[in-house]
Amino acid sequence: MIKKDKLGFLNINTTLYHTRISCKFENRKPYQPADPRIILSFIPGTVLDILVKAGQDVNKDEELMILDAMKMQNKLRCSMDGRVKSIAVKKGDKVSKGTVLLELE
Amino acid sequence: MPLNKKIRELQEKREKVLLGGGEQAIEKQKAMGKRTARERIMALLDANSFNEYDLFVEHDARDFDMDKKSLPSDGVIIGSGTIYGAPVAIFAQDFTVAGGSLGLMHSRKITKIMDHALKMRMPLIGINDSGGARIQEGVNSLAGYGEIFFRNTISSGVIPQLSVILGPCAGGAVYSPALTDFVFVVDNISKMFITGPEVIKTVLGEEISMEDLGGARVHSEVTGNAHFFALSEEECFDQIKKLITFIPWNNGQKAKMLEPGEPRPEYNINKIVPEDPTLPYDVKDVIRAIVDNSDFFEIMELYAKNIVIGFGRMGGRTTGFVANQPLEMAGVLDVDSSDKAARFIRYCDAFNIPIITLVDLPGYLPGVDQEHAGVIRHGAKVLYAYSEATVPKLTVILRKAYGGGYIAMSSRHLRADFVFAWPSAEIAVMGPEGAANIIFRKEIMSSDDPEGMRKQKVEEYKTKFANPYVAASRGYVDAVIEPSETRKFLMHSIEVSQNKDVTMPQKKHGLPPF
Repeated sequence: MIKKDKLGFLNINTTLYHTRISCKFENRKPYQPADPRIILSFIPGTVLDILVKAGQDVNKDEELMILDAMKMQNKLRCSMDGRVKSIAVKKGDKVSKGTVLLELE
Repeated sequence: MPLNKKIRELQEKREKVLLGGGEQAIEKQKAMGKRTARERIMALLDANSFNEYDLFVEHDARDFDMDKKSLPSDGVIIGSGTIYGAPVAIFAQDFTVAGGSLGLMHSRKITKIMDHALKMRMPLIGINDSGGARIQEGVNSLAGYGEIFFRNTISSGVIPQLSVILGPCAGGAVYSPALTDFVFVVDNISKMFITGPEVIKTVLGEEISMEDLGGARVHSEVTGNAHFFALSEEECFDQIKKLITFIPWNNGQKAKMLEPGEPRPEYNINKIVPEDPTLPYDVKDVIRAIVDNSDFFEIMELYAKNIVIGFGRMGGRTTGFVANQPLEMAGVLDVDSSDKAARFIRYCDAFNIPIITLVDLPGYLPGVDQEHAGVIRHGAKVLYAYSEATVPKLTVILRKAYGGGYIAMSSRHLRADFVFAWPSAEIAVMGPEGAANIIFRKEIMSSDDPEGMRKQKVEEYKTKFANPYVAASRGYVDAVIEPSETRKFLMHSIEVSQNKDVTMPQKKHGLPPF
């Protein structure tokens, strides 16, 4: 009594099952390992201050930026020793979670 | 003053208050496609059964010119009545009065009827239609919410609590429905969120409509916050009434029995499940082939469709059904379906409703997203809920029962009272392909024709293990039955389980993985 509409295949333990595939499963994002060279906003907020310039040498744990979020001034620290390659935002920008803020090299 | 004059005075006072926020506000409410709070109560309860309390309650706020404002009944209607004769306590927020905003007296009215419902051990229905906290009343309105949440929590598992979202329900207010057993929403009318679209826009610059952020569909399909979705208030009230017929009035009782009836003949149980375990079918048809009058009342129909939950009757007795749905995502257990099933199992256990579990699943959904979303913790909820439940637990293995999925789905090992399996059942540690690849890896790899050898070994494994008889030989399955015998076996099992008595070790409470 089922309509044979939009059936796909799902692989569970090397067996292919004929079944409907949910939107959530189809739209899932492929996994990508975290890259320490890319500083992302961990929370939505507003860029309050940028403490470094492009081309500047930076050390691990050095403060890079202040992100105002949830009524708190959050300090974003450097993930590694290196140099600031580029800054993708400017003071006052509103950013959502996961936005690229700064790239290191 | 003579008595009849006093009576007239009462009538006049009533009439004034009964109009709520006045005709203009009522017109506005209607323009939004909404009924007034009082109309809603009348539509839901049996005719002439509503007794209203606290009609003349008023706020006594002074700040911000509130002392000059009169808010009839303080924006909420409370009382009790009946639904098909079952007693219910009810409150309905009146959006026409100050946007249904919650002040101290408004909240005191709600907590009064909540206390009443708990004391009298009767179901509580809350109709939410409110702009949120009454800002002018400051921390008093926060206190009001807190008092409501506390009562929701202590009443949980004692009396059924139903929340009906018929308008906005935003900010802290959403936590009362979230703490209750069942949440009803109506398309284009219900709106639930912690922070609204305006805040999200100011803080993040993200634009989203109210409907896309927290509309009825979103909560029914995506978040899982709502249990029943309706296209109109009328349909929503029908759902509530139907639910009330299935559940007991409190945790000390069983649901009322109805006249039993046979399933409809068009649901031919022998012809629903395909033999090939990789082919789908609609497991709801199996349920309909088993329950009285083929009447299955599904809960959370649109969320995590790979598991089906809901109520039906067996020989007139309310029974909860949990069934893997091979039609959707092959019926796998994943984060969402585990959460959905576990909560329902605990509901049935709290309210003395036997559980029938229909098993046909290939296992847990593989994937980085699932693992990182905590499928271990969420999947464990199913094990916990089944193990902890002391109501009669009946299991029918229709087809696949592989690996962890077999254990989780109300297996003998989690103390199912009766486990039945159809001849088509495949109870094994994993599917034949996967198992053969592991067990016979050497033979397959060293063969001149690996693919041929693999196929041969898969067949070998299938014949030997892809059946119910290995489990039956250990007593893990109580009986291998023909599909057409299913209803008979289940009815009998429920009948003989009526006086089931299990004592669990004394504890304050367990620690389910949530």
